[in-house]
Order: sequence, then C-alpha cells, then structure tokens
Amino acid sequence: MIKHDIVIVGGGPAGMAAAVAAYDRGVTDVVIIDREDTPGGILRQCIHNGFGLHKLGQELTGPEYATVYAVKVAERGIKVYTGTTVLSVTQDRIVTATGREGIVQIQAGAVVLTMGCRERSRGALNTPGTRPAGVFSAGTAQKLINIDGYMPGKKAVILGSGDIGLIMARRMTLEGAKVEAVCEIMPYSGGLTRNIVQCLEDYDIPLYLGTTVVEIHGKKRLEGVTIAQVDENRREIPDTRRYIECDTLLLSVGLVPENELTIAAGISMDRVTGGAIVDENCHTEISGIFARGNVLHVHDLVDYVSDEAERAGCGAADYVKNGVQAGEYIPVKAVGGVRYVIPQHINRNATGEISLFMRVAQPSGKARITARQGETILATATKLKTAPGEMEKLIIRPGLLGTGEITVEIEQL
Amino acid sequence: MNRKLICIICPRGCQLTVSGEKDNLTVTGHACKRGQVYAIDECTHPVRTITSIVRVSNREDCMVSVKTATPVPKEAIPQVMAAIRGMTVQAPVKTGDILAENIFGSRIVATKDID
Ligand code: SF4
Repeated sequence: MIKHDIVIVGGGPAGMAAAVAAYDRGVTDVVIIDREDTPGGILRQCIHNGFGLHKLGQELTGPEYATVYAVKVAERGIKVYTGTTVLSVTQDRIVTATGREGIVQIQAGAVVLTMGCRERSRGALNTPGTRPAGVFSAGTAQKLINIDGYMPGKKAVILGSGDIGLIMARRMTLEGAKVEAVCEIMPYSGGLTRNIVQCLEDYDIPLYLGTTVVEIHGKKRLEGVTIAQVDENRREIPDTRRYIECDTLLLSVGLVPENELTIAAGISMDRVTGGAIVDENCHTEISGIFARGNVLHVHDLVDYVSDEAERAGCGAADYVKNGVQAGEYIPVKAVGGVRYVIPQHINRNATGEISLFMRVAQPSGKARITARQGETILATATKLKTAPGEMEKLIIRPGLLGTGEITVEIEQL
Repeated sequence: MNRKLICIICPRGCQLTVSGEKDNLTVTGHACKRGQVYAIDECTHPVRTITSIVRVSNREDCMVSVKTATPVPKEAIPQVMAAIRGMTVQAPVKTGDILAENIFGSRIVATKDID
C-alpha cells in the first residue's frame, strides 16, 4: 500500500487551499485526488467574475481564481491525481481510489474531505407533468454553455433564485436566449443581492417571489410550464396559474453537500447542514479525518471556502505532527433564529482565534448575533440586515473560552 | 436626482442612496469608498465587466473563457457580446492572453489556460 501523510479528497477550491496550507505548515507529503481531468472543481465552469475580492483583494473570474490556487499547488510540487475517483475512506484512513492506474490504496496519516456539493435535482422536487427533454439543473446548463459551448435552449424559465440560477439567467440572455421568468417559491431570494441586481435587473428579467412551477408540459421536448403563486405554507393559491411557453427549464433549487464517502465512513453528520460534525479545526469525530468547504456546509462565496479550508489543512498537518489534541469538547448550539453553527463543538483547550460560521433562518433588518457561554459574551456582531443566503461569522478572541455549552442567537434590533 | 440602488461591488450589497444634481451627487449608505464611487458611476456612466467564451478552433469541442479586461459601458453589452461571439482563438492559450484589442475601450483577455 502507498503511504502519504495527508490525502485530500477533491481538488476544488477547498482541496487546493487545504493542501497548500498543510504544506506550508510543514507537512510536505500531501496529495490531492480529483475525479476531473483538471483540478479547480466547479470554478472551472463559473466563468463570471466576482471571485477573490475578500481573499485575494482582486476581482477574478472562477477559472482565474482556480488558477491562482493551482499555481500554488504546482509551485509546492503537491501531486494531484486527476481523473481519479475515491471509492471509499475508512476510519483507519485507508483511501481507495480508481483512476488511470487502476485501483490504488493509500494509507493516509490524515484525510481532508473536500468533495464539495451538488445540485438538488428535479426528482427531489416532485413536479407533476411529463418528462420531456429541456429540463436541466442550472449547473448542468452552465457546464453545457461554458465548457462545451452548447446552448441548451432558446426560451427559458428558471425555477429557484439561488446564485447559479441567477447567473444562468444572465448567461442565457447574453448568449441570445430569452429568459421569461425566474420563479422563487420562498417570499425572498436565496441568492446574493448583487446577483439579483447584476443578473436580473440589468436585463429586465422578472423575478416572481412566492411562485413555483406546478406543471411541466411537452412530450419529447419541453413546450411550456405552468407557474402559480403559493401561500406561506408553500401550497398553491387557487386561480393564480399561468402558462409560460418555453423550451428550457433550469432548476436552481439548492445545493446538497456530497457526503456519500463521509456517511459510508461512519462519520457523524449534522442533519441541518448535511455535512459532518466538526470541531474548530474541521476535525470530524473520527480521528484524523477532516472536512471543509461545501462538503461541510454550502457557502455563498469561494473566498470563505478557501479561508476555512486553510484551517482544515493546518488541522490535518498538526494532527500528523502531534496526534490528537487532548481535552473535552464544549457543544455549540444554534438557538432562536440561527439555523446552524459550525463548528458544532469546540475543544476546551483550543488556542488562538476561533471562528464561528452560521446562517439565519429568516431574512431580517438590523439584528445582533451573539455567542454566549453562560453569562459571558464570547463574541457579538451587529448586522444592518441578515438573510439565509448570506453566511455570517463571529470570532471568539483567545482566552475567552470557559466551560459549558455555547449558544449562538440572533436578536432583532 | 434621488435614486436608491444596491452596491454590487462586493457581496455585502449595501443599500445606497444618491441625491443631488448631476455634477454634485451625494451618496449615503455605503460602508466603504468603493461603494461611493460605484454609485456615482452607476448614475452617470454605468459599466460592467462582461465574461463569455470563445471557441478554440484547433481543439475539438473546446472553449476558452474570456472577459473584458476593464468594464465596458452597460449600453454596449450587446455589441461586446457580438464581437466576442465572432472570435475564435488558436491553442495554446494562457490566462491573461490578449485575444482582441479595443472592444468598446477594453481588451478581451483569456481567463483559462488551454494547452
Ligand atoms: S459600499 Fe463597499 S462594502 Fe458596501 S457593498 Fe459596496 S463595496 Fe461592498
């Protein structure tokens, strides 16, 4: 069996950032395994700009952002096994993969899971109607257009106002298609504000909130969709049906962390995030296995993915050098309006700054998010507005951590 | 003028208000200076960075992603897209390679490497 100190599963932005960070922390025997022929993950098809403003201080397109990290990986001589799919990861850190050289088994000192996420599919939506061609996930359409140079259709309706759906509304329009509408079942958009402005308002594409597709029409090819408004329980409001002729329906209805390997390895999962339960170093409950990036919780900005994945890389490097960190774990709980917090627990002996990442359940105006341990306020931040689509962050300064459960909550101001 | 707009320079998306006369606009609501500059530009001469793809003629089914190196006037977007659509390139291409000059005041540059 081959041996490597650190094996990184997935060569997207999280994997590359984790690899570079681990290397720079002094563990140089790091390899990345990626199933595609070129590392970079989903960024390769995200040709729009807006990446890197926070992390790199410049505005880049997705492929450019990926290249910045691919260069860092190459400069350090970190090996990337491309075209190689990981089949399993075991609790004693044996990684089995299949690729150009057949099946390989690697005994890893530490494993970092950075498999990213995938789109929720039509099957998960249960839309009634026929099953014609012309129904794509937004990401599939993005790949068809941006990687393969193939237009999926001429007249489109987009269901879901997640960022990929908004980006694709603009992209289809720029390539000459007519985007009739973006329908969002929730009363607010799941995408970043800037994408609503830049992708919809710039091109006069209507966004219908509280509206969904209730029927799909067409035998061979999609001919149209029926949309209708929904009430607060997401049930159709009678007499609001409207038919829209279109040959393409793009679904942008959410992302799910791609955790088959994690679950098969028997790693404890968080029901809300769909990712593993981790500590402040992205360490899962299985010794030596770390997870970060969209496989842990879905992010809205790649800049944050890179930032956080560096922590996983450092965590893995420290584990390889020093073994497991001793100390009891303090649980971190999301309460009152906060949907989840990562990490789910913190080692009592943690040193240095600890970052908490969270999403709120509902959009709100001015609000304060506070992390408390008993009577002690560990960290607090005031936000002018919050939305489920925008991740929030609190930083606990060194030396504040005491004992007992930590709660994170939001109060309206 | 009294116009409300959302800053799109960074994902924070500050709500900006622009008021005053053409040569003397005041901006409120910005959390940083870039938002102020954006709001005034947006009300006087709006610009956008355009990204798209160009076919690589000597590779099978291969596209290279491109962008305008600097933002172009918003009203010129259709013509910029038409210009990009009319282009082809020959591999190898490197990120940053200039593929066309002076398309509405901007260069078109590659954003991906094609070996
Ligand atoms: S004003 Fe500054 S902080 Fe606010 S959205 Fe614009 S660039 Fe971002």
